[in-house]
Amino acid sequence: MTEQAKFTDDTVLDLARYFRFQWEPVQEAYVLLYPEGMVKLSGSAGEIMKRVPGGTSVKSILEDLEKAFPGADLRNDVLGFLEVAHGNGWIRVKQD
Amino acid sequence: METAGSGSSRTKVNNPLWLLAEVTYKCPLHCVFCYNPTDYTTYGQELSTDEWLKVLREAREIGATQLGFSGGEPLVRDDLEIMVAEARKLGYYSNLITSGVGLTEKRIAAFKEGGLDHIQLSFQDSTREMNDFLSSTKTFELKSRVAKLIQQYDYPMVLNVVLHRMNIDHTEQILEMAEAMGAEYVELANTQYYGWALVNRDQLLPTREQLQRAEEVTNKFRERVGSKMKIYFVVPDYHADRPKACMNGWGSVFITVQADGTVLPCHEARMLPGLTFPNARDHDMRWIWYDSPGFNAYRGDEWMKEPCRTCPEKVKDFGGCRCQAFMLTGDATNADPVCSLSPHHHIVTAAVERAQQRDRKTIAVHPIVFRDDKSSRELSRKAEPATPAEV
Repeated sequence: MTEQAKFTDDTVLDLARYFRFQWEPVQEAYVLLYPEGMVKLSGSAGEIMKRVPGGTSVKSILEDLEKAFPGADLRNDVLGFLEVAHGNGWIRVKQD
Repeated sequence: METAGSGSSRTKVNNPLWLLAEVTYKCPLHCVFCYNPTDYTTYGQELSTDEWLKVLREAREIGATQLGFSGGEPLVRDDLEIMVAEARKLGYYSNLITSGVGLTEKRIAAFKEGGLDHIQLSFQDSTREMNDFLSSTKTFELKSRVAKLIQQYDYPMVLNVVLHRMNIDHTEQILEMAEAMGAEYVELANTQYYGWALVNRDQLLPTREQLQRAEEVTNKFRERVGSKMKIYFVVPDYHADRPKACMNGWGSVFITVQADGTVLPCHEARMLPGLTFPNARDHDMRWIWYDSPGFNAYRGDEWMKEPCRTCPEKVKDFGGCRCQAFMLTGDATNADPVCSLSPHHHIVTAAVERAQQRDRKTIAVHPIVFRDDKSSRELSRKAEPATPAEV
């Protein structure tokens, strides 16, 4: 069910339950923390994930990124990453 | 270079990721498979609240992100709430590793409020009679009550069950109970033979057939429940032919701080001869991690002997566990004898063979030793380290 998520602009995303997203100064990277584990995010993954917590639509994630990085065509990369993140269980689709 | 001691001078030292705070060795239970040191009664005074807060701050500064509150039973410390709140402020992802004994609603509410992320509830035999915990109504009721609290406070249900020859045949019932409790993660951890478990190895080591049945049952259960319950089956290393990548390498990611402030690269390292480990009261964690001789002793691979030294698998398992090598061969620089390439592998296979023989009732074993203060004092008085009688 969850593997083949195709997100639309209106899909609202949030961090998966029990996950935390934060900046790690020692590693100079954004990380995801969860029971007994940690994922260190690349710079671009960090920029995308930064906009997910709290329940954000795909559309506003994209708009916000385009504002921060004007001129770049981000849509496919961002959607691709979000689907990978969802497949890995890092993020969830917020119902209602 | 951030190196010292007898370790490799070429080893690059990364920042630590894990801090295990064994805040007390006091425990209301007396588990025969406990990995705590058998001589804990000879240890000095526990760190104070402020000293623990200093440990948390300093380990966080050098990069630790995952924090486990363990023991003993960490709930024995009535200042755990203060530590939990500080841990959250510092940015740790924190985990309470508990038997559940003493976890009241008032305390769990305070932990939630303070920002504790995760609770791992473990199952033990709590009766001196060694009744299987499944038949112990008292234990079951306590665990059920605690499990409800854990769910009520929106924590993931993470159960840890230590398996040994006296309960491994009940793996199916254990899993059914976990399912009934709504567990999301279940760790079936076969006993590791350290501390009290090593003293009781003959009583605890399962036979090959028991292990095989338990794995079959687990696989069948996995198929039935699918993704709603994740089951980790940790194979006992005595039954394997390659060692575990202990601590992901010595001084690589992991720090243990013992109740009296002694700082170790793993829970067991204090036993190793010729090494002195610093106390968090006397040194800051940065020096301890990067510069103390103890943390550098087995970094890298220059300390290795054959067959590890030239083994292509050394990058994968780091030669296994230094403490197990010492306990079983008398020399921490030997290969972990779990490895079939070790010249000492026969020590491990002999122990497994004893388990098989015991099944056929052809050998006698000493009475089981419960983890308590009295036994700790007795074991500490003995000149020899507490190892089981050789074959």
